[in-house]
Amino acid sequence: MQIYLPIAEVSVNAFLLLGLGGLVGILSGMFGVGGGFLMTPLLFFIGIPPAVAVATEANQIVASSFSGVLAHLRRKTVDLRMGTVLLIGGLVGAALGVVIFNYLKSLGQVDLLVRLCYVVFLGVIGSLMFVESLNAIRKTAKGAPPVKRKHTLIHKLPFKMRFRVSGLYISVIPPLLVGLCVGILAAIMGVGGGFIMVPAMIYLLGMPTKVVVGTSLFQIIFVTGFTTLLHATTNFTVDVVLAVLLLVGGVIGAQIGTQIGVRMKAEQLRILLALMVLAVCGKLALDLLLMPSELYSVRAAEGH
Amino acid sequence: MRWLLAFLLIANVSVAEEVVLGLSQDEVAITTQFDGSEILIFGAVKREEAIPEGPPLQVIVTVAGPSEPVTVRRKEKRFGIWVNTDAVEVDRAPSFYAVATSGLLREVLSNVEDLRNKISVPRAIRSVGAPMSINDAGSFTEALIRIRRANQLYQLLENQVVVDDQTLFRTSIRLPAALTEGAYRTRIFLTRKGKVISQYETSIDVRKVGLERWLFTLSREMPLIYGLMSLAIAIAAGWGASAAFRLIRN
Repeated sequence: MQIYLPIAEVSVNAFLLLGLGGLVGILSGMFGVGGGFLMTPLLFFIGIPPAVAVATEANQIVASSFSGVLAHLRRKTVDLRMGTVLLIGGLVGAALGVVIFNYLKSLGQVDLLVRLCYVVFLGVIGSLMFVESLNAIRKTAKGAPPVKRKHTLIHKLPFKMRFRVSGLYISVIPPLLVGLCVGILAAIMGVGGGFIMVPAMIYLLGMPTKVVVGTSLFQIIFVTGFTTLLHATTNFTVDVVLAVLLLVGGVIGAQIGTQIGVRMKAEQLRILLALMVLAVCGKLALDLLLMPSELYSVRAAEGH
Repeated sequence: MRWLLAFLLIANVSVAEEVVLGLSQDEVAITTQFDGSEILIFGAVKREEAIPEGPPLQVIVTVAGPSEPVTVRRKEKRFGIWVNTDAVEVDRAPSFYAVATSGLLREVLSNVEDLRNKISVPRAIRSVGAPMSINDAGSFTEALIRIRRANQLYQLLENQVVVDDQTLFRTSIRLPAALTEGAYRTRIFLTRKGKVISQYETSIDVRKVGLERWLFTLSREMPLIYGLMSLAIAIAAGWGASAAFRLIRN
């Protein structure tokens, strides 16, 4: 069944979108990531204009994160105070990101920037995760004890604040910076930034793993919500019909994915996720490196 | 008075053969299920006198979507990756353009007439100013035509107009699913020996209707409300899914 998307102005198969939403939903349920980093490139592949894909994906992430954060709130695994600090950085970052996005759009380089961001971040995170989970599998085989957390430079910075739920007493500067970076990425890449935020919270801020996912989801709702509003008011690129189709598939898939995830080992899951991230990264990198079959592209002119 | 008479005579000669047109529809509604549309354009040639001697009457039908300026960009390899470098702005390019003819276009229409009436695809595009740094501006317009042709947005349908007894003609033009809104200017030319002897113009209204119309207008006129509505839908869906699956599990 073909559906005409009012903002993207293209006609696409509704079942394809539901299927994509479901597939990415399953993966995000299995691995505990938002799935935006997979969905946005997939939307490029099926011919959604990149600007619409990025803005609409932000809107869809609001739905999946909200669904996730409700579950975490019930389990009391959300550090609201840390979330708020991250959020302040995130909102500033999102505003900066939309400004950068619009500037590059006027230069005609927005596709390149978005693709480069994807290649770099997916490549780095995929490789790190792959190596880390391989090591973890080897260690569990040997039965070695887990590594202890060290005190680093982060603990010497001023403006310290107590985060009771996370059991931390640290400066507010690192969380603000982490929030800022993720906010910029969220606006440019159309992702919630969970796949960057989660490692940053564990390794940089030293937060306990059990509160990380909930807290990350909490602040992602606001950052992506803010991004959606900015894209809607400045670029008019949020396609609500596309968002609804994706999120219907997504929320159903997420629940199925959670069931699969429960039956698998954490290291196996992480290795699978790493391989998937690297595969998407490889495909995008090839598109940049190989000579395209059509060298020219057509866009509506700016400023008319 | 003599002037007026002379004018009337010319006018009379030029409408010796005239088009009477019919359209299968003068409106195309883009609904949520819109998947392209086929328009049947048919008509008759009204004439006061006998069919003139010589080569037969030829018919050209053009359908043009609203024109807009577009930017055509070219990729080049820089630092090992393919990036957009040169850009040419084309001043006016129809978002959709179809030409259907009763014979080969170059046989039914002379070059001069094509220039005057802007009938063939390259003539329908207007490109004046390319930046000084670009020497091959022509390849950008060619690329525009090539890309839009591949997407069925530009169509050259030679021998697709059926003409019966030099009087009745009909053709059908397929509008693709990815259409923009607006008045689609539809022109019919009657030609003999490559010269346009009569033309007729009307327009087909293509517009989003219902939900499509409402959402599109809302997103442009009240973007803040539209954005908030999108967020509300997302949050409601997230909450709904969470609640529904909790019910199923219990």
